[in-house]
Amino acid sequence: MSGASPGGRPASPGAGPQTPRPGTPRWPEAPFLRHGASALTTEGTRPRAGIPDLGYSEAEEELRAVVRDLLTDRGPWPAVLARAGAGEADDVPLWHALAADLGCAGLLIPERHGGAGASYREAAVVAEETGRATACVPYLTSAVMATTALLGTGDGDLLGALAAGRLSAALAVGLDTMPPAPGAAARPWPVRVGRPEDGDGPGVARLTGTVRGAAGALAADVLLVPGDGVPVKLYAVDATAAGVNRAPLASLDATRPLADVTLDRVPARPVVAGEDAARAVAAALTAGAGLLASEQLGVAERCLEMTIAYVKERHQFARPVGSFQALKHRLADVWIAVTQGRAAARYAAACLAEGSPDTAVAVALAKAACGEAAVHAAQECVQLHGGIGFTWEHPAHLLLKRAKSGSMALGTPDRHRAALGALVDLPPPPGG
Amino acid sequence: MLTGADQDAGLRQQVRDFLAGHDPAAMPRLEFLRARFDAGLAWVHYPAGLGGQGLPRSLQAAVDAEFAAAGAPDNNPARIGIGLGMAAPTILGFGTEEQQQRWLRPLWTGEEVWCQLFSEPGAGSDLAGLATRAVRDADGGDWRVTGQKVWTSMAHAARWGLLLARTDPDVPKHAGLTYFGCDMTVPGVEVRPLRQLTGEAEFNEVFLSDAAVADADRIGAVGEGWRVAQGTLMNERIAIGGTALPREGGMIGLAANAWREHPEARTPGLHDRLLRLWADAEVARLAGARLRQQLAAGQPGPEGSAAKVVFARLNQDLSAFELELAGAGGLVYDDWTLRRPESVSFSGRGPGYRYLRARGNSIEGGTSEILRNIIAERVLGLPSEPRTDTRVAWKDLPR
Repeated sequence: MSGASPGGRPASPGAGPQTPRPGTPRWPEAPFLRHGASALTTEGTRPRAGIPDLGYSEAEEELRAVVRDLLTDRGPWPAVLARAGAGEADDVPLWHALAADLGCAGLLIPERHGGAGASYREAAVVAEETGRATACVPYLTSAVMATTALLGTGDGDLLGALAAGRLSAALAVGLDTMPPAPGAAARPWPVRVGRPEDGDGPGVARLTGTVRGAAGALAADVLLVPGDGVPVKLYAVDATAAGVNRAPLASLDATRPLADVTLDRVPARPVVAGEDAARAVAAALTAGAGLLASEQLGVAERCLEMTIAYVKERHQFARPVGSFQALKHRLADVWIAVTQGRAAARYAAACLAEGSPDTAVAVALAKAACGEAAVHAAQECVQLHGGIGFTWEHPAHLLLKRAKSGSMALGTPDRHRAALGALVDLPPPPGG
Repeated sequence: MLTGADQDAGLRQQVRDFLAGHDPAAMPRLEFLRARFDAGLAWVHYPAGLGGQGLPRSLQAAVDAEFAAAGAPDNNPARIGIGLGMAAPTILGFGTEEQQQRWLRPLWTGEEVWCQLFSEPGAGSDLAGLATRAVRDADGGDWRVTGQKVWTSMAHAARWGLLLARTDPDVPKHAGLTYFGCDMTVPGVEVRPLRQLTGEAEFNEVFLSDAAVADADRIGAVGEGWRVAQGTLMNERIAIGGTALPREGGMIGLAANAWREHPEARTPGLHDRLLRLWADAEVARLAGARLRQQLAAGQPGPEGSAAKVVFARLNQDLSAFELELAGAGGLVYDDWTLRRPESVSFSGRGPGYRYLRARGNSIEGGTSEILRNIIAERVLGLPSEPRTDTRVAWKDLPR
């Protein structure tokens, strides 16, 4: 990271328009941000004539370097391990540094609300880095999913607080939720909407119900709760209000803590209603799945690097085990999977950024490809480390759990391929 | 400094100016292609005077599109793929100025077809162990070549061959090789068709019996053949794995359409396989696009090896899928006649042919196993296997 500003705040890509500084990347305004959730259109499954740039810009590489420095410095392996071992949830100081000091919480938020006005391309680079580091921060759930849900609502106060890192939010859905097919009817949501009580302000409703296995809810100040009324609405709920119970679960991936969220007549403020609410939730889930693919790419890359370093070092039969062809070929296959996954992840990020009509296809492809690449890489990481890879003290299991959990989150590879079948006209057997 | 868009527009104007003076409908095809080459509009990323203008490779697409829109004849790139994809970059990278002037123009126009004389019956994956000998005349001038080459596509139509031969058996194998352009029309060069398991003979065996090769046709220094060949092979992998196609443009399109047209053939298991193959094929297409975006800026790197491994596996799995989907039709083969095709067309034949031909995809141009070694050692930096063959004189190796 570069030096601190006069205000004591480190230089950051999200420093905002009021504090331009030399060398600060200027993010382009993304169409998706201008059009909000409605940019995720449902028409057409064919990509436009050209394939967008699937590489990384100079500004994106600068952003990556800054984030990697922070995560390496503040969230090293032993710290992540200790946290997982103690069953502790999110790393609050690290999240504050990433969200507020570096401005990563505001990447997707327009400059008029205090964000960086960047796009999903840049946000995906940060996701790669949080995956690499198996960082215990609610980046995906707050800065990507909840933020995306709010982008279409124009809720400037909440967006402003998120951009500044003063608040974190989480969409109250199970982490296993699959993004809905474009144009699909809103699913029944598990939280019921009740009448306001005496003294409630105008528009306030009371929510009751349970959301199982929500990610990011423990770290959130604000829960965005889809309520099953007529019309359906998306509500903002103070996560610390009376009647909110967040019961931590023993998550398969301790670095992404889950909780059962129970609401008992909790006061809630609607932020968006009807079709727009359904679209906001769909956009959040779609962007979440698309950027989780980038996170999984980061996990896969880290697994590959760690394993390469180990097999070069580890000697058996008087030679580095990495010189055995049986192992080399397996690592070559992991690298191939990573190269394929990277193209898919960058395509999904680019489609999200452009609001491309091919977004649903791109996200399904990326989530399936990167989910499988990450699990493949993590399983090989454990196997090729041999005995040490099977221990608690070695970080390989953190990557394995993050990989497997991430591949199942927001739709398994199999479900995403099934979604693809519908999108590109490859129907199942008749009657099947 | 000109932007990409300025260069693009400028090139399109150049093509239109060229077409104003060279009516493709009124000129003989070859004359038109020669004029296009001389105008620097053949391959714009080549140097001026050699058919290009030293511009970024990415600008070529605009030129090709303008010529195609005008209905101009092309150089039939499918027929001269080895020339364009392998010989030309090798000649440009390692040839003398005289060689570049002599070879590149007729190569590009298709007047002179090139083939590749690398593999031998005893040297496949271990190419550097090849045994074809090139012996210099006593006066230290020209060369005489004796040996057998195999898997040589287009040898029967070729005027020139990219020849890798052993010039010094007394040094370790990689050090004793020299690279030549071999005139395929001289006495002592005999080409015989090699029938493959598809029934046709795309490839040839080439028998070299004291064939004369001029020293002026040597590409690179004596003993430098391995280094030159590495450049050729890297381009070959790009050529095999890196063609731009639209979505469903490759073999996946055939499988997907067969699926759509034959609901009665669908099973849950095949559906699962098809979705996986479709996703893998589309991701591979994107990865190819990403690779080409990188190439447009720089040089071919080892990433092409990944594309080739993926392409081979996909073709094999897709054609196997398609054959099973065909049911009773899959038990019948379209044609066992021995033919000598000038280019490979997967789509022009039945699924049985595709299934059989695709088996070669993981063998030709570097086996998938060798490519994994290359990835492991050159990209991932893993240590090589302990070797006994690299420090001993070639003549002393067991074989």
